[in-house]
Amino acid sequence: MDTFSNLADGFAIALTWQNIGLALLGCFLGTIMGALPGLGPSNGVAILIPLAFTLGLAATPSLILLTSVYYGAMYGGRISSILLNIPGDEPAMMTCLDGYPMAQKGYAGEALSLSGIASFVGAFFATWGLIFLAPQLVKIALLFGPAEYFALFALAFMTLGGVSSTNQAKSAFAAALGLGLAMIGVDSQTGVPRFTFGEVHLYDGLDFLVAIVGLFALSEVFIFLENRHGKSDAKGKKLVIGRLTPPLSMLKACTPTMLRSSFVGFIAGVLPGAGASLGSFLSYSLEKRMVDKDKSFGTGDPRGVAAPEAGNNAAAGGALVPMLALGVPGSGTTAVLLAVLLSLNITPGPLLFANNPDVVWGLIAALFIANFMLLALNIPMVGLFTRLLLVPPRVLMPVVAMVSFVGIYGISGSSFDLLVMIGFGLMGWILRKFDVPLVPIILGTLLGNTMENNLRRAITIENGDWWTLIDSPLAIGLWIVAIIGFILPLIFGRKVKSGMQRRDEEGALTD
Amino acid sequence: MSDRIFGVFGVLLAIGFAIAASQIKESFLSDAVGPKAFPYIIATVLGLSSAVMALRPDPEPIWPPFAQFAEIMAAAVVMILYAQLLPEIGFVIATAFAAAYLSWRLGSGIIGACLTGVGTSVGIYVVFHLVLGLSLARGPLGF
Repeated sequence: MDTFSNLADGFAIALTWQNIGLALLGCFLGTIMGALPGLGPSNGVAILIPLAFTLGLAATPSLILLTSVYYGAMYGGRISSILLNIPGDEPAMMTCLDGYPMAQKGYAGEALSLSGIASFVGAFFATWGLIFLAPQLVKIALLFGPAEYFALFALAFMTLGGVSSTNQAKSAFAAALGLGLAMIGVDSQTGVPRFTFGEVHLYDGLDFLVAIVGLFALSEVFIFLENRHGKSDAKGKKLVIGRLTPPLSMLKACTPTMLRSSFVGFIAGVLPGAGASLGSFLSYSLEKRMVDKDKSFGTGDPRGVAAPEAGNNAAAGGALVPMLALGVPGSGTTAVLLAVLLSLNITPGPLLFANNPDVVWGLIAALFIANFMLLALNIPMVGLFTRLLLVPPRVLMPVVAMVSFVGIYGISGSSFDLLVMIGFGLMGWILRKFDVPLVPIILGTLLGNTMENNLRRAITIENGDWWTLIDSPLAIGLWIVAIIGFILPLIFGRKVKSGMQRRDEEGALTD
Repeated sequence: MSDRIFGVFGVLLAIGFAIAASQIKESFLSDAVGPKAFPYIIATVLGLSSAVMALRPDPEPIWPPFAQFAEIMAAAVVMILYAQLLPEIGFVIATAFAAAYLSWRLGSGIIGACLTGVGTSVGIYVVFHLVLGLSLARGPLGF
């Protein structure tokens, strides 16, 4: 079969010593970043992009490094959820509910290894899903003209807030802000400068890497500076791990749960506006409804650990489908991965599969390799990661800030970019206070120019007729989905959000 | 109240953005849409969403007391100084000071902060410059 020969080629590309080394490094760093509270997958990848870029890695090796970080962070998030009851990243929130009670009952080791296996199962099936679904999506994407692409971008922005968004005005504000920032610089079609205010540094536009690192990494540093009095360090808690292998009976009991959750998570990852957090939430709720007959969920039921972990790792793989096939990411971290591709001069989308099959299949092979590595890293070496959890923020955060500066300075060697980055850091801090989501801003700066080009191309082809935007059935369909996706959270947003929070409280009460 | 102020600020930003867009000089070689249309669309979305925020505000966010606000501003100033001084005094010295400051403000003792600063700086220098060959800012002392 064609797919398998492609995959074999991919493995041939990915299985070099350099790439294996990078995958291992990425898995290791990713697990650490996922495990440390405050550094999620988006942050982790964001900090490392400029570095991968300045180190002069070619496209496939950089992608292998960064997607390994991405998968690794998804694995790592569970460690602090289980041991400290603090989610290492947002998707790991649901893992706290049963993971922490399990750890308190003295089954921390079992919970960690079981969730590691669940993560593996989720990610493994999602990677297969990616292999089979992405080429199908590419076939559809080949039918897209500029008008359809414009509608698709609009869809991405309108659904990005997600079903759990409570304030769509803020999501829209963030998207518009990001798009507005993308407009800065010389217009690519007519060559006139826009919004540069005579500043020569701005003629090239804002570098989106600067924006990403500032918004994600530096604003995190500011948050820590603000909260340092309130938050207690993870110290003082005794971490008893116990045995590191789950009993076979436990694995057997959890297998159907893992398979169902992988499926649910994968679908949630592929759909626009859902992402990994919703993936783990949905799989947990579904399992609770299906198998929780004796009301043991929330009190340390192993199935309650397996479900969200399989779900969020499957969603992580699923989220790569629209990113690679359409060039439109559905979640924060895939938006950051899109930035990686764009800064390597690779435009994802249907042409990527036709022109750079080596990148696509090398990446997919790397995902499999990373997944096996992560399983190997996470079961026996989990003790090492738990010790790293004890690094206090007062040491960690300066390192994060300085590595961010190094990465950005390494790209351009200009102090101006550093100043812009600090500006973005402060802006990120203020916007977080207002609960304005940051991901649409990133996506706006990334996609703004492409979106505008598609709009202008579509209308220029039709000699200035704006109605061409809703001329084809495909475009109309996309607009309808976009509008539904934007309105739905207005009705259900609060319900889903409060559902997530109520479960959180339930988990807290049963402690 | 915060959301209302923020919304009003957003509306002003949108108006400013639209005015700046209207100032764009059109080239004589323009496509059918031109460089202004998309910015106008963005300004509209920005203005409308800000107006909604101002009219239907969320619950008040928790603002830090003035001391912590000053803390963040001070950190930003240190970072700005860092960015400006980096090419002057070189990577290792500038980074050691900046990292030590941040570590101190995040709750380390003086000695711990100095150790973190020097450790971060030398660590990054060794890993990224000596091992990986990334070019960092070179100061008068050669590092």
